[in-house]
Amino acid sequence: MAEVEETLKRIQTHKGVIGTIVVNAEGIPIRTTLDNSATVQYAGLLHQLTMKARSTVRDIDPQNDLTFLRIRSKKHEIMAAPDKEYMLIVIQNPSEQPQD
Amino acid sequence: MEIVYVYTKKRNEFGRQCNFSDRSAELHVDILPDPSLAVNFIERDPCDVPIQCTQEMSEHEVNTERFESDTRGINHVEGGWPKDVNPHEMEQTIRFRKKVEKDENYISTVMQLGNNMEHCIKQNNAIDIYREYFEEEEVVEESEVQPSAKTINVFRDPNEVKRTASSLSWHPDGSRKLAVAYSSLEFQKVSKDMSLNSYIWDIENPNKPEMTLKPVSPLVCLEYNPKDCHILVGGSYNGQIAYWDTRKGSQPVEMSTIEHSHRDPVYRVIWLQSKTGTDTFSASTDGQVLWWDIRKMSEPTERLILDPNKKGNLDNALGAISLEFETTMPTKFMVGTEQGLVVSCNRKAKTPAEKIVCMYSGHHGPIYALQRNPFFPKNFLTVADWTARIWSEDIKESSIMWTKYHTAYLSDGSWSPVRPSVFFTIKMDGTLDVWDFLFKQNDPTLSVKVCDEALNSLRVQDNGHFLACGSQLGTVTLLEISSGLCTLQKNEKALATAMFERETKREKILEARHREMRLKERSRSEQSKEEDTKEGDGEESPEELITRIEKDFYEIVEAELKKRDKGEEKKAIIELPLESDI
Repeated sequence: MAEVEETLKRIQTHKGVIGTIVVNAEGIPIRTTLDNSATVQYAGLLHQLTMKARSTVRDIDPQNDLTFLRIRSKKHEIMAAPDKEYMLIVIQNPSEQPQD
Repeated sequence: MEIVYVYTKKRNEFGRQCNFSDRSAELHVDILPDPSLAVNFIERDPCDVPIQCTQEMSEHEVNTERFESDTRGINHVEGGWPKDVNPHEMEQTIRFRKKVEKDENYISTVMQLGNNMEHCIKQNNAIDIYREYFEEEEVVEESEVQPSAKTINVFRDPNEVKRTASSLSWHPDGSRKLAVAYSSLEFQKVSKDMSLNSYIWDIENPNKPEMTLKPVSPLVCLEYNPKDCHILVGGSYNGQIAYWDTRKGSQPVEMSTIEHSHRDPVYRVIWLQSKTGTDTFSASTDGQVLWWDIRKMSEPTERLILDPNKKGNLDNALGAISLEFETTMPTKFMVGTEQGLVVSCNRKAKTPAEKIVCMYSGHHGPIYALQRNPFFPKNFLTVADWTARIWSEDIKESSIMWTKYHTAYLSDGSWSPVRPSVFFTIKMDGTLDVWDFLFKQNDPTLSVKVCDEALNSLRVQDNGHFLACGSQLGTVTLLEISSGLCTLQKNEKALATAMFERETKREKILEARHREMRLKERSRSEQSKEEDTKEGDGEESPEELITRIEKDFYEIVEAELKKRDKGEEKKAIIELPLESDI
C-alpha cells in the first residue's frame, strides 16, 4: 500500500507533470490529483480511445496487445498505460528545450 | 429405376377440352411482286452492315445519397459506480475507493504501470523526442512531385432551380468563409421560382450555407470589403448596387437608387483604397463605370462613360465586363470591355476625355478577367474568347505572351498570389488549367476537369493554396493545389522578370518594325498614286478594300487547294498576308 503511494507521489513530482489519474475498468477514478470534472472527462474519453487503440492493434495482429498510448498535443502530452482492470493516466508538459 | 410422380385431377375440373382435327393446307393471301412499286425505291449498292462479335456489356452508375454529418460534443458524467454506492455521498465514495486501493491486484498493477509511465516521463524530460534534429544536413532534393489539384469540398446550390455561381469572394480575414453570388446570366432564362438569394458558405460545412443574402434582384457580383470583414457589396442583375453588413442580417443595408444605377447587369464591383474604406466602383455593360460611397448610395460620386472617342457619348460606349484595380497603384484602373478592348484609365484626370488614357486591343470577345500580376504590376493578364494573354503596359499593339487557341471558351482567370509565373484559367467545358510559364509555355502545367458543366467564376485564396470555382449549375468546388505550385521557387522572381522583359522587348521591336513598314508604304503610295500596288492605303474606299481583300483571300485558298490536290504529302501551312500590309 505504501509502495503505491510512493510510486504515485514520485510520478507526480516529476518535472512537467500536471496531473495523475488512476481509473478502474468502469471508469471510476480511484486516485486523482486533478479536479473532479477534468478527471471525469479524461477518464471517460481516454478509456474509449484506449479501447479503440487496443482493438486496432489486436485486429492487425491478434498476438499483439497495446502496452502504452501517448498523445502529444500542442499544449501537453497525455500518456495512458492501460491494463486489464485499471488504467494509469498522466498529463505532462514535455520540455521543448533542445538538449545537446 | 424409373422415378415417376403422378398428378391427378378430375376431368370436370378442367376447362373445356380441345378437339384437334386435321386440315389440308389453305392459301390465304398471295401477294405477287409488283415491279412498278420498285420505282419508289433506289437500289442501295453497296450496303454497309456493321457486325460485331463482342461481349455485351452494360454500364451502371451508382451514387450514394449525400451523407450529411453534423459535429456534436459529448458531455461526460461520472458513472460506473456500483449500485450500492451513492456517487453523491462523499463517505460512500471514499469508502469504496479505499476498498479498491486495498486490493492486491490494484497494488501490483499500479506498480507495474507506474514503472512504465516513469520511463516515459523521464524520456520526455530528457529530450524532445519529436523534434527535428539533423534538419540542416538534409539535402533538400525536391522530388519531382507531380503537380496536382485535389477537390476538398463541393458546395451545391440548395435551391431546386439551379443558377450560375457568377462570382466568388473570399472572406478577407483568414478565408474561412466564401461568399458566392448566384444569378442566371442567360438571356431571358429567368424562371419565376428561381430564388434571388446569394449565400455565404463556411468552407468546413458544405451542407448548409452559413448565411443568406436576400437582394431584390439576383446578384451578379459580390465582394468582401478587404478592410472590414463584415461588409460586402454586391452588384445585381437589374443594375443596382447594394451593400450588406453580415452583423445586421440578410437584407441589404442600403441599395442604390434605380435612376442613378446602371442600366444593365453590374458585372464587377471592386472596393477602392480610401481613408474611410467605404468607396467602391462598379462596371456594367451599359458602358458606364460608376463610383460609389456606400454611406450614401442615392447617387454615384462619379461617373465615367467608356466612349472610345472620348466624347462621353453613351451610345458609342463600350460595354464594360471586368474591372481591375490594384491597391499599389490607386490612380490607375483598367476596364475590360465586351468588344475585346482593354481600356486603361486614370482616376485623377480632370476631364472625362482625359480619363481614358489608352486602349489595348487584341481579343476577339468580351474580356472576362483582367488582373495585374501581383509581383509585376506593369504586366497584366486578360482572359477572353479562347485565349489568355499577358500584356505589358507599354506595348499597346499586342500582348507580349499568349496561350494557344483552346477548343472551349475561357471564362475566368487569375494570377496566383504567391508565385509570379503561375496563373489559373477556367473553361466552359469544366476544366481548370494551371499555367506556369517558367516551366512550360505551350500547355498548361496542370489541367483538371472539375465538373461536367461550364465553369463561370474562379477565385484564388490569398495564400495561393486553395481556390474555388463556380459552375453554371451553381456548384462551387474548393480545390487544393499541390505545394509545388504554390511555393515560391528559388530564382523565380528573377526568371519571371527576365522573361517579361524579354517578351516586352521583342514586342517593342516588332512594333517599331511595323511602324517603319507603315511609314514606308505611306510614303511609297504617296509618290505613285496611279500604281495599283497590292499594298493599299486609306485612300481606297472601304468597299474596294473589302473586295480586293476577298479576291486575295480566295486566290490564296485556291492556290493551296491546287497544291494539295497534287498529292503532296507535306501538310500545307497557309500564310496569310501580314496585318500591316493591308
